[in-house]
Amino acid sequence: MENLFQTWPWYISGFLIGMTMLALIFFGKAFGMSSNLSTLCSMTGIGNRVPFFNYDWKLHRWNLIVVLGAMLGGYIAVHFMSDASNVAINPKTIAQLAQLGIDAPNGKLLPNTLFGNDIFQSPKMILILIIGGILIGFGTRYASGCTSGHAISGLSNFQIKSLKAVIGFFIGGLIMSHFILPLIF
Amino acid sequence: MKALKYLLVGFFFGIVLTKSEAVSWYRIYEMFQFQSFHMYGIIMVAVITGAIGIQIIKRKKIKDIKGLPIAILDKEPGSTRFWIGGIIFGLGWALVGSCPGPIFILLGAGFLPVILILFGALFGTFLYGLVRDKLPH
Repeated sequence: MENLFQTWPWYISGFLIGMTMLALIFFGKAFGMSSNLSTLCSMTGIGNRVPFFNYDWKLHRWNLIVVLGAMLGGYIAVHFMSDASNVAINPKTIAQLAQLGIDAPNGKLLPNTLFGNDIFQSPKMILILIIGGILIGFGTRYASGCTSGHAISGLSNFQIKSLKAVIGFFIGGLIMSHFILPLIF
Repeated sequence: MKALKYLLVGFFFGIVLTKSEAVSWYRIYEMFQFQSFHMYGIIMVAVITGAIGIQIIKRKKIKDIKGLPIAILDKEPGSTRFWIGGIIFGLGWALVGSCPGPIFILLGAGFLPVILILFGALFGTFLYGLVRDKLPH
């Protein structure tokens, strides 16, 4: 029982994520989270002006229900299944973050520097989160998939296109993490 | 009832992603710094599990829940889009530490500032729709 509250090991987590994808395939659907962003845009009726969003979003309602479930799951996991031992990242990483002025996890999922409630008073942090979001939204639609659609669904179906996308994810991620983050913080 | 199974799969996914800490900014940073195997292990095992499942589905011609044949679609054509789009997403992923799934999961968990990432992501998606015809794919 206690293991449920600790960090779930990678081999269990990975297996369960793979099973999530297989469950959706068994339901006749596909595992991909970023398309929900497109569905949400389409729901606003913007399709009248931007043809890319001109489709029947109701066909994707099932995926929005998956998202709703995921939000509930996140709520339960954070509020009822957390433990002080969580997010035990590499001490070297913590030391490196301290140099950037980013607080250590101490059991929490997100740094206060970027996600504390007082960031709403910091134009810099607001801008960082919005720009990060824009990159995510634009990039995933351009690449037609994100971690779930390409890294998990695509790679497990041996799609070369997904491999290109995933290599792209890492090129972008490494540039940000090693060269741009130290300039921002 | 039809909706319930999607809600349950999502619920399960939300818990797994939170408890595996794949939704954690720290874990993403640690991954891109090559200072832990954790995230690589998760992705690797998920892909292996998925690949074995898909092979079984294809070889045994397993039907879906409605008894229809399962067709796993190939990704859209193109090449440039995967490289450039992938790099752009990667930049955002390493900056704010969440991919689209975790954005929703973290919001559900009550991390209010994540709403800014969601606004940005919706705007970014809209921007792509707007300029799509001018981009190389």
